[in-house]
Amino acid sequence: MTLPAVAATQLTGAGSSFDYPFFSKAFYVYNQKNPDITVNYQSIGSGGGIAQFTARNVDFGATDVPMNAGELARAPGTVLQIPVTLGGEAIAYNLPGVTTIHLTRQVLADIYLGKILKWNDPQIAKLNKGVNLPDMAIVVVHRSDGSGTSYIFTDFLSHVSGEWKSKVGTGKSVSWPAPSSVGAKGNEGVAGQVKSTPGAIGYIEMAYVVENNMTAATLQNKAGKWVGCIPETVAAAAASKPEVSPTNFSIVDSAAADAYPISGYSWVVVYKKPADRAKELYDVLSWLVGPQGQANAKSVDYVPLPRNVQDAAAATLKQMQR
Amino acid sequence: MAQSASKHRNLARRRIVGWLGVSVALACAAIGAICLLIILGYVIVQGAGAVNRDFLTQLPHPVGVPGGGVGNGILGTFIILGIATAMAVPIGLLTAIYLSLFGRGPIPEGLRFLSDVLSGVPSIAIGLFAYAVLVAPLKHFSAFSASFAFMMLMLPLLVRTSEQAIRSVPQTVREGALALGMSNFRATVRIVLPTAMPAIITALLLAIARVIGETAPLLFTAFGSQFWEMNPNKPMAVLALQVFTYAITPYANWQQQAWGGALLLIGAVFVLSLGARLMLRRAMRGLEA
Amino acid sequence: MQNAEPQFRRVARFVSPADRGFAAVVYAGSILFALLIVGLFVELVLGSWPSIVKFGPAFIFNSSWDPITSKFGALPMIFGTVMTSLIAIVLAAFIGIMAAVFLADFAPRWLGQPLSFLIELLAAVPSVVYGLWGLFVLAPFMRTTIGPALQHVLGWTPLFSGPIVGVGLLTAGIILALMIIPTVTAISRDVIAAIPRDLREASMALGSTKWETAIRVVLPAARVGIFGACVLALGRALGETIAVTMVIGNRPEISASLFAPSYTLASVIANEFTEATTSIYISALIELGLILFLVSIVVNALARLMIWSVRGSERV
Repeated sequence: MTLPAVAATQLTGAGSSFDYPFFSKAFYVYNQKNPDITVNYQSIGSGGGIAQFTARNVDFGATDVPMNAGELARAPGTVLQIPVTLGGEAIAYNLPGVTTIHLTRQVLADIYLGKILKWNDPQIAKLNKGVNLPDMAIVVVHRSDGSGTSYIFTDFLSHVSGEWKSKVGTGKSVSWPAPSSVGAKGNEGVAGQVKSTPGAIGYIEMAYVVENNMTAATLQNKAGKWVGCIPETVAAAAASKPEVSPTNFSIVDSAAADAYPISGYSWVVVYKKPADRAKELYDVLSWLVGPQGQANAKSVDYVPLPRNVQDAAAATLKQMQR
Repeated sequence: MAQSASKHRNLARRRIVGWLGVSVALACAAIGAICLLIILGYVIVQGAGAVNRDFLTQLPHPVGVPGGGVGNGILGTFIILGIATAMAVPIGLLTAIYLSLFGRGPIPEGLRFLSDVLSGVPSIAIGLFAYAVLVAPLKHFSAFSASFAFMMLMLPLLVRTSEQAIRSVPQTVREGALALGMSNFRATVRIVLPTAMPAIITALLLAIARVIGETAPLLFTAFGSQFWEMNPNKPMAVLALQVFTYAITPYANWQQQAWGGALLLIGAVFVLSLGARLMLRRAMRGLEA
Repeated sequence: MQNAEPQFRRVARFVSPADRGFAAVVYAGSILFALLIVGLFVELVLGSWPSIVKFGPAFIFNSSWDPITSKFGALPMIFGTVMTSLIAIVLAAFIGIMAAVFLADFAPRWLGQPLSFLIELLAAVPSVVYGLWGLFVLAPFMRTTIGPALQHVLGWTPLFSGPIVGVGLLTAGIILALMIIPTVTAISRDVIAAIPRDLREASMALGSTKWETAIRVVLPAARVGIFGACVLALGRALGETIAVTMVIGNRPEISASLFAPSYTLASVIANEFTEATTSIYISALIELGLILFLVSIVVNALARLMIWSVRGSERV
């Protein structure tokens, strides 16, 4: 029996589960083209990615919210942050027999605040005339791990609801106010929980919802239009803010006509001076943000980076000392 | 007469209560057995569909690509357990020999106390220890740190059972060896240990069976991997960790692979326990001889 | 197997160089063994020191677990750990002791042996498999069948009120109970069997039925050992991580309902350790590990004392 071949160079990365389907496909494709390089990526949440990256336990981290000043200060070296993908957070729900549901941003905030407890609440019913809403408790699902996906979602909720902003705030791990809400690990966990619990609602990256044939709510964006979470609406949100940087990155609650309100970039963090294998790391990452890497996005329901963002990312990467 | 009639009724009632009681007790015993059969049933039915040659030999496929397997997890389990055994057996045996030679006294009792303490420590705390000692200072996850954690989990069982095994070797055997002029060293290594070996191997098999399904310490030691890895200094895939990771995903393909992995784990525990029982019989026969 | 008395005090002289080398190796191994365990304790204390210094005893009583503001309080996790273990031990004690009574005194051999074997196999099932089964089989069953039934009958108590999600305290408690039933049963059965026949015969000679003997005479005589078995089982339940993490619901909150999602000391470490970014966060998590460590030592020591006093010095 021949022993399995071990790749010559193995890079490790960890972090965001938001990107995981995209990375999973992209690194697989990269390995097919470059058999001596493998990228071992573990989806442990953005918080985990930053922590392990700071501890230098992995070569790169992935996070849906760029490292803030405090986190950058704790890192043992200069950090480069590049956007690598664009995605939307669908509001998945599990109501047997209900194929579409409309929710305004305020109602969504109230559900997560714990102020609306049942699916047949009048506030939901008046948005969904003609839909048979069951008398079921809403099981709010959120992330139990430190999550960039949570950050984007709470950023959105803070924009939309003053009460949320003052009571809970924005962050990777917050104190979720809805009573009896359930925490799940990773986007995968939230999807799993929503899928198996009738009456559940949760925020999940678009790809997971499509992959698993789940139903997602149609939201009313800031411009007043009802939009679903699809690549076009996410791209519209991104287009409304062409210049993105690690300090100015939020594209939630965009005022653009077709924009999906809960969209976000996801980032890879890497040291300007990596400990080793800098060249391989540079090759993989610049492939990832370039047209070839981004071409994998569509097949797994992610949105390719806009051209100017790709160029900006490539320029940042060039600063890497390899 | 009235008195004996009421005594009869009383006895009848007590007998009925007795029957009811035994039925409840029987039901309780049955509940345990039935629950086990239910769990086994689910694992076999759900997992059998997943286990095939590809499952055992291939790497995991990315999300959305059907197929794939847990080959790297199986390999990783063997490697990590192998290293853990290689570390646990010497330490455990030596400690057991010490305890068997110096039975009473504060130091031996202290060692036994420490062993008892270790056997009660939750595996997650042992994982924290392995992280603090081998992952944080070296700045990378590794299979070796997982082996270290597994070694700690295996030690109490090994020490305790090996000590009993060595002490169970009849006094006559050791005294015979000493009477023939052997030093304690030779007496122990050449005579006593081999006699106790089947029981020690039993203990080892049971210790391995105990840790093969441990997942908690793996979360921050072995870290996991989607690729083949044989270098213990690197992160590595482990079957128990893969079962956990796949179980909490929403992908039906991966969920089924989780059941398949569970079936493999239960199968391994079963084989190890069977092996332990056979060894034990050999041990008992050896001692009776 | 008989425990031979250590017979070598006088003979344990290490005369030859080989013997001295042997002695050195044996000592080294034992010292290493001791160092590992002491090192475990020391590392846990060192790692949690910053958290101990910052939060003090309030750590145990504080109920907010907020990584953003770095305010850490262990109370919800302690609550979850205690509640799930309590549910587990209540269920497992009743089922386990009754099963032990049956197996020790009433079961005919053809029934007792297979039943014993099957119950012991419960202990062999790996923890992650319990979690898997709990997540995919028990949690949905709880949500569709057990939960509504309990709520129908007992919904007026706060214990069984509230929405039934499937995962939560009760589900985790039931899984834990299954995991510890073998411990309770096996030890209790041995303890009961060790009660001298004379006691039973005397009781029956005085006119008791077999059942009355078992319950009113034998069980009380064995109560210390049985209690010890339960405490030992409790110790195992307290530290169980993976199976509980998969079905507990991951919500650091104290609630009255058994159906509510919750969090345990072990689960929060498992879920959050790899992502703890600040050193005080890591330290707080290690302090949780230290609390778990100390509690399990106390519980285990208590258990063994009780079991030894009944079974003699043979170790569990």
